Amino acid sequence: MTTAISVKDLGKKYRIGAAQTKFKYGMLREVLVDAAMTPVRMYKALTGKGARGTTNTASFWALKDVTFDVEEGKVLGIIGRNGAGKSTLLKVLSRVTEPTLGTVSVRGRVGSLLEVGTGFHPELTGRENIFMNGAILGMKNAEIESKFDEIVDFSEVSQFIDTPVKRYSSGMYLRLAFAVAAHLEPEILVVDEVLAVGDAEFQRKCLGKMGDVAQQGRTVLFVSHNMSAIMRLTQEAIVLNKGQLIMRAPTQEAVDFYLSSGQAQAGERLWDGEDVPASSSPFRPISLKVKNKSGKVIDTVRSIEPVTVEFEYQLDASITGLRVGFYLSTMRGEFVLTSFDTDAPELFEKYDSRKSGRYVSRAEIPADIFNEGRYSLGVNASSFGVRRYFMDENALAFNVDISGAPGMQWGEPRVGPVRPRLNWKIEKLD
Amino acid sequence: MTELIKHEPTTIYIKPPKGFAALNLRDLWIYRELVFFMIWRDIKVRYKQTLLGALWAIIQPVLTMLVFNFLFTRGVIKVQSDGIPYPIFSYTGLLPWGLFVAALNSASRSLTSNHNMITKIYFPRLILPIASVLGGLVDFVIAFIVLIGMMVYFKVSPAWNVLWTLPLFLILAIVTALGVSLWLAAINVQYRDVNYALPFLTQFWLFITPVIYSSAGFSEKMQLAYSLNPMAGVVNGFRWALLGSGNGPDTSLWVSVTISFLILFGGLFYFRNMEKTFADTI
Repeated sequence: MTTAISVKDLGKKYRIGAAQTKFKYGMLREVLVDAAMTPVRMYKALTGKGARGTTNTASFWALKDVTFDVEEGKVLGIIGRNGAGKSTLLKVLSRVTEPTLGTVSVRGRVGSLLEVGTGFHPELTGRENIFMNGAILGMKNAEIESKFDEIVDFSEVSQFIDTPVKRYSSGMYLRLAFAVAAHLEPEILVVDEVLAVGDAEFQRKCLGKMGDVAQQGRTVLFVSHNMSAIMRLTQEAIVLNKGQLIMRAPTQEAVDFYLSSGQAQAGERLWDGEDVPASSSPFRPISLKVKNKSGKVIDTVRSIEPVTVEFEYQLDASITGLRVGFYLSTMRGEFVLTSFDTDAPELFEKYDSRKSGRYVSRAEIPADIFNEGRYSLGVNASSFGVRRYFMDENALAFNVDISGAPGMQWGEPRVGPVRPRLNWKIEKLD
Repeated sequence: MTELIKHEPTTIYIKPPKGFAALNLRDLWIYRELVFFMIWRDIKVRYKQTLLGALWAIIQPVLTMLVFNFLFTRGVIKVQSDGIPYPIFSYTGLLPWGLFVAALNSASRSLTSNHNMITKIYFPRLILPIASVLGGLVDFVIAFIVLIGMMVYFKVSPAWNVLWTLPLFLILAIVTALGVSLWLAAINVQYRDVNYALPFLTQFWLFITPVIYSSAGFSEKMQLAYSLNPMAGVVNGFRWALLGSGNGPDTSLWVSVTISFLILFGGLFYFRNMEKTFADTI
């Protein structure tokens, strides 16, 4: 067996602080003050004092001391919280950004299903974009030509292949872009599902393609928050936490470890500045709490009582069309339900736009929903079709105690994620 | 599966950059097809959804020439033109100048306008400014056709050696444009000041370049100082190659050439050195 990827003592440091946050919201006062300070800043920059130096810029390690090897033909899962360094790792492997420390050797071409549509130009036709995009992804002209028909077939847009892609529907556009990326046939494929765009169908297609690639004996790195997908598609996984590799084990073991260690305790999850990616601005999550009837934060929920889910957050600027909500899923990664605070038409209209400020979105989950076991709450704040500000599919976990639940007279576990109290009637018909 | 992908995969070593990065021309060679595709895309897209299309490549230099010619014939500007009909004189200067300015404008923005490519995939970043600069050649060729027409009209015939001197000066123009562009493009990633400084820079630069006037009357010392501006060498060279005006290759030309290549090499190293932070700061 040859080694496809070898990562040794890898570290990546990012600067955070003054340089990046400047003028985020374009406040006139700040701009004027800054303009007045320009001569001072230039003096400092030229003489090498302060400014770009260490005093007012903090740095953090997105990756630190990461060492692992992947053998050719293996499928490796990468799991970890938001901000654990998963995406940074993939970026380093695909040479988008350079490491600060350590070395990586990669045998063969690295492709990503996420590069879909990179370099697509709206004015060019589908045919022209296939060639353009192929070249950007590192395919040779002859290679694209030989696969051209296959790509067009796969994309199902053959009828419009000579139409500028700006006239395509978004579905057609995505299909064409995906078709090119899928035919790149790299030796190493990286899939970052966390960043995946598109609808569920498209994401399913990505996963399907990934499975095919793995079966052809290529090396695959798979990043996901969806534990059932990780378990289905990988045999082995690494767990990242705050930039460090804390475990490498067979997938089942790694997932169990991640779910039990990585979760916040006590029915409450708090976010401080570090945990929140800069990309979520102006949305800033503050806390997620699970409370019982009397308003107490609990980590074990009684299935026969309603529970309240409370999500507190700060908006640093007003957002139009914002919806804040949660996912409920089992520890195996099966989704139970999704709900948003503006689901009700009245609220949807009333909160068409939310001004900056601190908010709490609160929902009551009625009694008699949960089955026995452990559930995970994920949060999502997005403007539909515009942007996803923040998402954490495993923000918080809680246990469910089912004493008093329907069917307790039989001491057997019940299958299925929900255990509702259904209104059974029994009629005698003769 | 096709034959093409059965090649033995090559191993790439990714290491933290140390000191000055090597130029890595090998990667540039591997990705050479991408350069052509980028140029091709630029050209295909440039005049899409415009009424006049590629005519713009002619309109800009011709109108500028007409305006200057008007000012010249009315005596508003009194400049030397080496005894050449002024329309031809100014147009031969405007041609390389237009190439230079267009290259600066598009190349300085080439990285920031393709930021989604830079943050998503690897390719030699040098490709973007190179393709932008070379893409301007098409407009240059179109505008050049007008010059041929003008030369026929004014009965000005070029020297026989134009066939090899002109391409050499064209290369010099590209070297100069690419050199300056590399600096601007790399700086623009971090400081968008470039967008604001550029119109001013090109305007100022036009005045110190013998585009609409001749530098032939300058004293020798002045000539030498003047040639520190590499575009002076380019424009004078163009005129010499096409019209036989001026002294031809002399010391001041070599000064210009040296400066051009210094800017290019400096730009290449600066660009390569900043390249590692592009994806993080763009």
